[in-house]
Amino acid sequence: MTIAASTQLICFLVLGAVIAIGGLGVVLLSNIVYSAFLLGGVFMAVAGLYLLLNASFVAAAQVLVYVGAVNVLILFAIMLVNKREDLEPIKGLPTRRLLSGGVCAGLFALLVRVAFTTPWAVPGPEAVGEGATVRIGEHLFTDYLLPFELASVLLLMAMIGAIVLARRDVQATDLGTGQSADQGLIEKSRTPLLVDQPPA
Amino acid sequence: MSELLNGSVPLEAYLLLAAVLFCTGVWGLINSRNAVRVLMSIELMLNGVNINLMAFSSYVDGDLIRGQVFAVFVITVAAAEAAVGLAILLSLYRNRVTVDMERFNLLRW
Repeated sequence: MTIAASTQLICFLVLGAVIAIGGLGVVLLSNIVYSAFLLGGVFMAVAGLYLLLNASFVAAAQVLVYVGAVNVLILFAIMLVNKREDLEPIKGLPTRRLLSGGVCAGLFALLVRVAFTTPWAVPGPEAVGEGATVRIGEHLFTDYLLPFELASVLLLMAMIGAIVLARRDVQATDLGTGQSADQGLIEKSRTPLLVDQPPA
Repeated sequence: MSELLNGSVPLEAYLLLAAVLFCTGVWGLINSRNAVRVLMSIELMLNGVNINLMAFSSYVDGDLIRGQVFAVFVITVAAAEAAVGLAILLSLYRNRVTVDMERFNLLRW
């Protein structure tokens, strides 16, 4: 895909503004549902950047995996743990925010300095452009074959791990008495194990 | 800077944008009290890294595009991380009935 340089610049500025402001919104908004939807917008804008960089396969993967899977998963998690709770105030919160803000500003300054002082070897070799998808396929089945196969094992492990971690231990019969267990008790009112005991 | 004048996007602009996204993610990771927002901040950081990889692959490594292959692997690992992280969060919520990071202090020194 070849588009005029000025159009490219305008697209980059718009997508960059969406990413920067959306990222700040994800972190700063008080309503977590708004944050989750803004996160989806940021993912879409990043996919747009990939299209601008002539990487249509990675852009499609970004939309499918991030917007279609990760963001939906996050929304489901919000739905499942959605309890309005008033967080108790903690001491020294402004100091903590200021300190971490200073650390992040320092990191940002470092990154910007590296980005602008390093003599990057641009322009590099001739870009493959539209042939990027074919090239990625060649890479995945030749020199990156082992990481590709390991990724499938990793995904299988993550799937099994997520199921094991998130399921409830439901047993049809009570182990002690042999009677059939009260399903309502299992689903709703199982005593949480690790809740802080109120000080006596 | 001369590239800006003739209208094309320089490599540094992508690096700057990625740095903004990464630092936003780090700040959110440190300061969020909701555990779900911590996971969202991690996703922001991973996206910042991915933008860097894609920009380098397009500008510096245009014929081999190894950066794009790396970005695909990062996306895979991010998906696995999100699934396991949210499962851990659900099981944590079931046991402590809160998502406040300040109260997940069983391992506190």
